[in-house]
Amino acid sequence: MESCYCIEPQWPADELLMKYQYISDFFIALAYFSIPLELIYFVKKSAVFPYRWVLVQFGAFIVLCGATHLINLWTFTVHSRTVAIVMTTAKVLTAAVSCATALMLVHIIPDLLSVQTRELFLKNKAAELDREMGLIRTQEETGRHVRMLTHEIRSTLDRHTILQTTLVELGRTLALEECALWMPTRTGLELQLSYTLHQQNPVGYTVPIHLPVINQVFSSSHAVKISPNCPVARLRPAGKYVPGEVVAVRVPLLHLSNFQINDWPELSTKRYALMVLMLPADSARQWHVYELELVEVVADQVAVALSHAAILEESMRARELLMEQNVALDLARREAETAIRARNDFLAVMNHEMRTPMHVIIALSSLLQETELTPEQRLMVETILKSSNLLATLINDVLDLSSLEDGSLQLELETFNLYAVFREVLNLIEPVASVKRLHVSLNLAPDLPEYAIGDEKRLMQTILNVVSNAVKFSMEGSISITAFVAKSESLRDSRAPEFYPVPSDNHFYLRVQVKDSGSGISPQDIHKLFTKFAQTQSTATRNSGGSGLGLAICKRFVNLMEGHIWIESEGLGKGCTAIFIVKLGIPGCLNESKLPIMPRMSTTIHSQIAFPGLKVLVMDENGVSRMVTKGLLVHLGCDVTMVSSSDECLRVVSHEHKVVLIDVCVPGIDGYETAMRIHEKFTKHHERPLIVALTGNTDKVINENCMKVGMDGIVLKPVSLDKMRSVLSDLLEHQVLFEAI
Amino acid sequence: MDIANQLQRQFMDYSTSLHREGFVDDQFTQLQKLQDENSPDFVVEVASLFFEDCEKLINNMARALEQQQGVDFKQVDASVHQLKGSSSSIGAMRVKNVCIAFRSFCEAQNREGCLRCLQQVTHEYSLLKNKLQTLFRLEKQILAAGGSIPIVE
Repeated sequence: MESCYCIEPQWPADELLMKYQYISDFFIALAYFSIPLELIYFVKKSAVFPYRWVLVQFGAFIVLCGATHLINLWTFTVHSRTVAIVMTTAKVLTAAVSCATALMLVHIIPDLLSVQTRELFLKNKAAELDREMGLIRTQEETGRHVRMLTHEIRSTLDRHTILQTTLVELGRTLALEECALWMPTRTGLELQLSYTLHQQNPVGYTVPIHLPVINQVFSSSHAVKISPNCPVARLRPAGKYVPGEVVAVRVPLLHLSNFQINDWPELSTKRYALMVLMLPADSARQWHVYELELVEVVADQVAVALSHAAILEESMRARELLMEQNVALDLARREAETAIRARNDFLAVMNHEMRTPMHVIIALSSLLQETELTPEQRLMVETILKSSNLLATLINDVLDLSSLEDGSLQLELETFNLYAVFREVLNLIEPVASVKRLHVSLNLAPDLPEYAIGDEKRLMQTILNVVSNAVKFSMEGSISITAFVAKSESLRDSRAPEFYPVPSDNHFYLRVQVKDSGSGISPQDIHKLFTKFAQTQSTATRNSGGSGLGLAICKRFVNLMEGHIWIESEGLGKGCTAIFIVKLGIPGCLNESKLPIMPRMSTTIHSQIAFPGLKVLVMDENGVSRMVTKGLLVHLGCDVTMVSSSDECLRVVSHEHKVVLIDVCVPGIDGYETAMRIHEKFTKHHERPLIVALTGNTDKVINENCMKVGMDGIVLKPVSLDKMRSVLSDLLEHQVLFEAI
Repeated sequence: MDIANQLQRQFMDYSTSLHREGFVDDQFTQLQKLQDENSPDFVVEVASLFFEDCEKLINNMARALEQQQGVDFKQVDASVHQLKGSSSSIGAMRVKNVCIAFRSFCEAQNREGCLRCLQQVTHEYSLLKNKLQTLFRLEKQILAAGGSIPIVE
């Protein structure tokens, strides 16, 4: 055994000490080996440890230290050179590594320290964010509360509920001590405590409206902090505690009338209510900005909800009113209908009752006329007959009155002798007038045409009515009847501003004035004259009878004749003048209501189109002659329809056709019968087309036959162009054409 | 233009001869007057219609008169009446005159007379047809040559 290089022990090997050293070395080695293992294990576990290299070094250092101590175990006894070499190697390595580690640590430790500070900083930040989060959450909560509150408020249209809900919710959301609403009184001079959160029934607590603090709140749309000592805020009994902060906000009370279309409501003439909110006393809470905003929003919502409630109230009221009116109208309508029916029944009955005696009178008078009478008797009977005829007409018209009022009455226009009408009236009125010793004079202007076109019967009725009124209401004196053609200046009367007479070539305006020297009429009664059944209550007229219908009927007739009737009187006792103007047609002129005649125009050199558009129906069995006739008519510009049989003719003929040409010489087809059937088909005189017979020969028989069936003319075939032209123009002008050869 | 004038003169002469010989009368002139820009073929149309009608009526009459058992004079009369009407409408004077005679035979129920008249009518009708067709051809030629149809008074 080689001896080792260790130093000779200075003391003898102590067994105990040696043993202890041996054991400690062993344990150190163990520890030194296990520590790196643990380090490795934990580093492996944590993935982010940034100093691996350091750990490796550290591990190596520890391992080597351990190795050293382990090897030391062998050096306690005599050991070989190999052991010594190994020991030395281990020590050297250990030294190297530990120095390296020491150097490395110098670099690392400051870094590690700075990580620490950053961690601290982040922790602070996290804490701060937490706090802010808490704040936001509270705001979010309050926002949600506001929405819910709004929803609650808007879901009801009941005023009381709206306000109560507002206060309750606000109180809950903002954790208020007290919340109150002051409404303006009816007079508008005071604010009355209307709703509070905690007091159930606030007793009429009023505060004048013009306090400076209140004005301050009303003039701003924001929530304003007010002093807890002002009258509106003194809602709690004063206690020993410090009252919390108070905020007040205005609630606009929008009125229905404030809403104009296309116009936002003006805020100047507004009524406001006051909402006062009190934070809990003895809390250090302050009003945050967001809480104030919340309050303002709520106040606006309340205003809107209240206005909706008001609108609803209004509309309910209006609807009720409308329903009431409807019911009333319905009742009135039913009453009116009953009245009309009653009147109609009455008229129907009276009609019969009145007509029967009339018929008797007329019949017997006619019979009487046939017997032997002296001239005076005859005259009397004739007058009776005429008067009764007139009366019968009047009775008819009483029943026509309803049709007059409907406007369904039509005048029967025909040519009549105007002079004869006046003479007739005079004859009828003479006996009555002479009995009353009244002198009646008739004055017809020389330019008055002898013949006129109009409704003779009704014109006579009108004149007679007016004249008989004149006679009736005059006790003495004279009646003068004047008739003349009204010129344009005298047509327009200031009393009749709606009467616009239109002068034209085929009409003239007949003006009739009946002046009497009777009792006259006071100016205020004049307008009543033309109303039905209304009578002037003067003693002179009380026993003169009359249904009061006369002038009303006359007025309607005159209106139908496109005229005007009125009465002038200077007063009671001064007589009166009845004047009326009616429009009559002039016979012999082109009457535009009948057929359109176009003026002759020569459009081209070779043809003269005389009757453009005139609708003509030609009935002829013979194809060739039919074509020739058509050619003639087409050449004259007419619109020709051809038919070849009677049935076809009747089928096709309409009121648009102005002329029908029928060939009466065709055997087998009865042109006469066709004419008769056309007459039957068109009962109205002015709708019926003119019927002309085309015949190859004329003799008396054919002539008579044509006249009998009511044809308007005969034309001899063959027809030349000129003949056709002159035939058509004569026909259309005179409505009748007898014999064109 | 020369051709047109020539043709026109031809037309005038022919027209006058027709009138003179009594084939057509004043009514035909009237028809010619009705012809204008709006109805340029009026006369031709009427004439064609007349020819058709004539043929139909003549056939009817021939058939009716051939009946051995008993001639329906009423039917014949009706046809003659129609023919008379047509011919007077178009202005076929000769045809019309024959028709007048025909009618009296019908009224007298004279079969021989009727047959004779029928023959005459047929003869006159074909003559007229030829003449008119010539006239119309002349008209067409004039128009083709660029002239206008003269009006014969």
